[in-house]
Amino acid sequence: MAGYGCETCPVPDPTCYLDHAATTPLRPEARAAMLPWLGERFGNPSGAHRVARGARQAVDESRDAVAEVVGCRPGEVVFTSGGTEADNLAVAGSLAARPGGVLCSAVEHEAVLRAVTRAGGRTVPVDADGAVDLEALERLVGPDAALVSVMVANNEVGTVQPVAEVADVVRRRAPRAAVHADAVQAAAWLDLPDRLAGTHLVSLSSHKVGGPQGVGALVARRGMPLRAVAVGGGQERELRSGTHDVAGIVGFAAALRVVAATRAETAARVAAQRDRLGDALAAAIPGLVETGAPRDRRLPGTLHVCIPGVESEALLFLLDEAGLCASAASACASGAQQASHVLAAMGVAPGLASGALRLTLGWSTADADVDRAARVVPAAVARLREAAA
Amino acid sequence: MKVLVAMSGGVDSSVAAARLLGAGHEVVGVTMKLWGGESDTGCCSVGDVDDARRVAQQLGVAHHVWNFGDDFEARVVAPYVDAHRRGATPNPCIECNRHLKFDRLLRRADALGFDAVATGHHARVVTRPDGTRRLARGADAAKDQSYVLYVLGQAELARTLLPVGDTTKAAVRAEADALGLRTADKPDSQDVCFITSTAGRQGFLGDRIALRPGRVVDSAGARVGRVEAVELVTIGQRRGLGLAGGGAPRYAVDVDVARATVRVGAADELLSDRVTIGQVVWADGPRPGRVDVQCSAHGAPRPAEVRLTDGEVEVRFAEPHRRVAVGQSVVLYEGDEVVGGGVALGC
Repeated sequence: MAGYGCETCPVPDPTCYLDHAATTPLRPEARAAMLPWLGERFGNPSGAHRVARGARQAVDESRDAVAEVVGCRPGEVVFTSGGTEADNLAVAGSLAARPGGVLCSAVEHEAVLRAVTRAGGRTVPVDADGAVDLEALERLVGPDAALVSVMVANNEVGTVQPVAEVADVVRRRAPRAAVHADAVQAAAWLDLPDRLAGTHLVSLSSHKVGGPQGVGALVARRGMPLRAVAVGGGQERELRSGTHDVAGIVGFAAALRVVAATRAETAARVAAQRDRLGDALAAAIPGLVETGAPRDRRLPGTLHVCIPGVESEALLFLLDEAGLCASAASACASGAQQASHVLAAMGVAPGLASGALRLTLGWSTADADVDRAARVVPAAVARLREAAA
Repeated sequence: MKVLVAMSGGVDSSVAAARLLGAGHEVVGVTMKLWGGESDTGCCSVGDVDDARRVAQQLGVAHHVWNFGDDFEARVVAPYVDAHRRGATPNPCIECNRHLKFDRLLRRADALGFDAVATGHHARVVTRPDGTRRLARGADAAKDQSYVLYVLGQAELARTLLPVGDTTKAAVRAEADALGLRTADKPDSQDVCFITSTAGRQGFLGDRIALRPGRVVDSAGARVGRVEAVELVTIGQRRGLGLAGGGAPRYAVDVDVARATVRVGAADELLSDRVTIGQVVWADGPRPGRVDVQCSAHGAPRPAEVRLTDGEVEVRFAEPHRRVAVGQSVVLYEGDEVVGGGVALGC
């Protein structure tokens, strides 16, 4: 059988995948929608012939689907290579078009944080739950601000941010400033149009919602000054040059359609699973601290805990050995775990943060996964604590 | 056995992993991420992690990256800087072996259920008739790394495997080549991993401590030269002292960091027949008497006698030789076997 990756590596008996915040398995609907574009269908959407027109239609229809989920006009959707490119375009592109001060929350994803830092921006502190400190924002945002970026929900701890309140503060204090909302993690779970009221730019990623990797979108509302970061053939209204990834875009849209149609029931089911797992771990692991906002103000799929007396890397190793895929904070390019800037910003003590464990559930999570994690995690923790004793 | 192989991304640890796998052990590879800053020569650049991972993939073993950067900073880098501040000559690779590879990594391996940790060092672990273990020189005399591993005690030796220690470097490379490992032709790493070739020691230390220019004086106290950074001068150093040419060669024979003064003198002023050592590690208990002593990574072993007096360990050389700089490791051998070692405190 032809294939990629390590075919001889032992795959531990069925993997228990609780790392949906890192990436989700491809939804079958997305795969089915993509297959023709990886097979007999093809075409450069920018061309002038029938093959090109077919590809163009697929991209246009996908654009409609994204627009509907976000609550914007199709013409406001700019397809990108993913969330990171969308974030960079939002920050660098808007500042290039309209220079000024830039702020973001201290718990943003590195894609926003580094783009803002590079632009000489500042961060706004968060409270112990990881939610943006609105009073601090009020103090920090001045009339010279051109952009304020805040994520809809955090990728590590799942805390949902008060985006509408942030937009209110910005509107009062800096009427000319734009608000960028990184909705990469939130899109699978939250009804976006309401949450995004008052925002001008929105980032999305396909592979966090059951679509393929390598595609995303930046929504730039009409009238939002934006300048391309990379120039070329002028695709996507001159904002994102480069030939479209038609299969990826089609898969992204197909995944979003499923998300929109099933969101409420998926969110309720997964939240119940998450709560059950959180309760089970809290009962079985002395000293465990559940991180982030109260569960009803977190993404339904996120269970972030800090376990005293345990090192994340060692715990993840044992969980991996037991077939449970989880994560800690953010991993750097080499795969090494790094201290979490999110936990630091929330004021979590370093000794506690070093025992961070992020379990993120998603559309494919089964009750059996929860049962297994509730068994495997406490056993691994007990083993490590015993070894350290 | 279940063995954790510390894979640096070099050829030696690649072959070590391959050999253990071939011998039927359960093998997991790990690369320690130690240094977050710039690096071009060492073992924790992303490129080296890539090499380690690709070799692990090729062998079909799991590969992990563990971040021990906090301990590396606290236990290797900071003491290195501090030693230079005092005018001593530290060996950070030995401290890394002492605190990282054979302490933190070993402890984690224990906790995770590994029977042993393996590395690609050129040295051997030998078991003596009474069951105790000793570290012994590697088969390749030119590549022998027993000097930087003298810090291993019985507890560490019992859980350490050095699979390429019985093989010459050339044979290791040939084996890697035969296995098709991508690291077969990779150049050896030589230098301290956190010192880049562009900035050098001076650039690195200059960012962390205030380096002070120093006067270079002769034994009569007359000024004969100057150095850019007195903290970087090593006993026995001959170049870079700003001395006029001609005459008998002169060497740094005394470094007084507090007074920013380096004294130079003739070669015979460097000679000493003894050194006192601290932080002493014994392979199997204190061992006074006749030994061979090695005072640098590739220095020649010299006959000496170890004396234990009043809690001090003094090494008396059979013949005077160039003084051992404070901070350098002094390793004691019985034949090819390490019986102990310590850090030079002074003559």
